[in-house]
Amino acid sequence: MLVNRKLILAHFWLAFAVFGFALTLGAWQMFIRSPIGTWLSNPELYYRSLTAHGTVMGYVFPTLVAMGFGYAISESALEQRLVGVRWAWTGFWLIVAGAIMAVVPVALGRASVLYTFYPPLIGNVFYYLGVVLVVVGSWIWVALMAINLRVWRKAHPGAPVPLAMFANVAGSYLWAWTAVGAALELLLQIIPVAAGLKATIDAGLARVFFSWTLHAIVYFWLMPTYIAYYTIVPRAIGGRVYSDSMARISFILFLVVAMPIGMHHTFADPQVGAGFKFIHSAFTALVALPTLLTVFTICASVEIAARLRGGRGMFGWIRALPWDNPMMLALAFSFVMLGFGGAGGLINMSYQLDASIHNTQWITGHFHLIFGGAIVIMYFAIAYDLWPHLTGRELIDIRLIRTQLWLWFIGMIITTFPWHWVGILGMPRRMAYFDFGDPAIAPQALSVTFSAIGGFILLASGIMFIVILARGMRAPRVAAGPYRFALAVHQPATVPVALNTHALWVALMIVLTLTNYGYPIVTLALTEGTSVPAVYVGAQ
Amino acid sequence: MSAGDTHTHGSAEVAARVERRWATIAVIIVVGMALLAAFAGIHRATMPQPRVETTDPSRIHLSGEFVESNLGSVLEANGNVTVRAIGQQYSFTPACIVVPVDTPITMRATSADVVHGILIQGTNINTMLVPGYISEQLMRFTKTGDYLMPCQEFCSFGHEGMWGKVKVIDKADFANRAKGGGRLSCVGQ
Ligand SMILES: [Cu+2]
Repeated sequence: MLVNRKLILAHFWLAFAVFGFALTLGAWQMFIRSPIGTWLSNPELYYRSLTAHGTVMGYVFPTLVAMGFGYAISESALEQRLVGVRWAWTGFWLIVAGAIMAVVPVALGRASVLYTFYPPLIGNVFYYLGVVLVVVGSWIWVALMAINLRVWRKAHPGAPVPLAMFANVAGSYLWAWTAVGAALELLLQIIPVAAGLKATIDAGLARVFFSWTLHAIVYFWLMPTYIAYYTIVPRAIGGRVYSDSMARISFILFLVVAMPIGMHHTFADPQVGAGFKFIHSAFTALVALPTLLTVFTICASVEIAARLRGGRGMFGWIRALPWDNPMMLALAFSFVMLGFGGAGGLINMSYQLDASIHNTQWITGHFHLIFGGAIVIMYFAIAYDLWPHLTGRELIDIRLIRTQLWLWFIGMIITTFPWHWVGILGMPRRMAYFDFGDPAIAPQALSVTFSAIGGFILLASGIMFIVILARGMRAPRVAAGPYRFALAVHQPATVPVALNTHALWVALMIVLTLTNYGYPIVTLALTEGTSVPAVYVGAQ
Repeated sequence: MSAGDTHTHGSAEVAARVERRWATIAVIIVVGMALLAAFAGIHRATMPQPRVETTDPSRIHLSGEFVESNLGSVLEANGNVTVRAIGQQYSFTPACIVVPVDTPITMRATSADVVHGILIQGTNINTMLVPGYISEQLMRFTKTGDYLMPCQEFCSFGHEGMWGKVKVIDKADFANRAKGGGRLSCVGQ
């Protein structure tokens, strides 16, 4: 039952429009710093572009996808008209306003601080206010998801919350809480300085606040992807979810342990002591758990589909899978990229191994493989799956869809694998260009060239994706029927309270964050003399 | 059709058993990784710097260990070497660090303005320079030669031009140069 289709389409179209814009910037950046591009006479343009690319890809694009998908889940899984439509539109327009407000100073070169901000570098105040508006807009969505679930619960006392909605609300709570770190950094530290009310800032403390957001935000990006794994893929390929409770446990684990681990981003920082670095490292290991559970459950769910189609044998069933189904293809690609990216993540997790690749191109390779690869390819799949239900029209370009997914997968591998390699060689990230004429850097030239080629393959795939969706808006009309989610093999009649509500887990998430962050934040805030003068960007 | 009709109670038990087995394996993998990290950290003593040290960046030029005359490499009485350096937009001081091979080295560094980073290519030496705080890294080179030392953290528009160098030289050669007791660097060599 999708009633507010215009609202959902607006979120998706804006998401994919800004995605296309940021993707173009990304490809250009890789070209310009590779040996095949010519050097910029003004490297500052590179950092403008990098700031816009990161801000859009990190904050605007995934947030809009999660919101649009969240509204769709709320209406179709709960079979209930969205409550608070007017608020939903308010949130949407706040994000539009925020995105414009943030990108204008970036385009003017007044906020080249990258999406990770980097105080004491301080950009134009409107850049930060724009980011705040985007976050506030998304918090309206968080509230609406909670309210809609509550309305449904009232009407269905004690009934199991549909898995898709249970996961969706878990994701929204995760986002609400993880955004608090960056919000504190912006509101307490950066914006007062950017507005000229203060002249100094504690960069070390700001980095700790940001790490609170920086890791868990990845799990927020991941949520729509995991929801698609569990509740769309098995249905689309004719299978069943192996275990409903395992799915719920995975989402709960994400909610609880994704949060208090962000200090692994500060392994090389002098302002955090060794003890908290170790604690965060151990918690980071823990967050591999829900992913391991998911890999198992989804592989088992896929196997069920294959056996229902007549697949036999220990591994013979793999051949029986519907490989021409875009959803199957997207899942397989996503899993491969998640595997490589996850393995890289385990390396980053360890203090000892992290030292050799910290802040090198390896890191860029790692998170492009996870976010740009494993996550975004499922965003494509979600859009393809939802589109007929949103537009009332059939997506007819199935072959084109397959090509698009293949290109994305190949492009992402060609882009990120060489990045991992030059990262091990010690190539730093976020540099406008390299002097490939230097004999010490020359051996990296070939790898960087490959990455740039990968970037253009990704751009081609991204353009195809948008063309396919646009063509879908004028395809022949179909009755797509109600939007459904995958059923479990043993669809639960009742679910234990702990697996049907979020309160306990949200409380645990908050307590764990406070124990893992409270002490370092308080000590840093109380340490005197660590605030340093702000350095304003583009002030001359 | 509901799923419960078509599946017996037995299959639910099988599913639960397989699930539990997999969950156990997953937990063992995770705990194993954490223990491995703890072992490597304690046994090989590769833990992060234990103490948080602060310094006022607006005064580092005037007094304390990071005044200009104290930057560079110094041979300590016990034969170890201490290197002091600062990063600023868009260079390191000293821009070329000279150290002896096969010697325990302590590098102490900080930033004079924004966040920078030190990475020595071909080694595991990699640390952030955060203004207001002192970074300490222990190191030891096993081969002589020149290493590139880029700033690995974005520090505004000139970031791509911020490259330092580390020159690892023979022990006797270093001791010879250090005779006067001054602070050594290889800037201009
Ligand atoms: Cu720098």
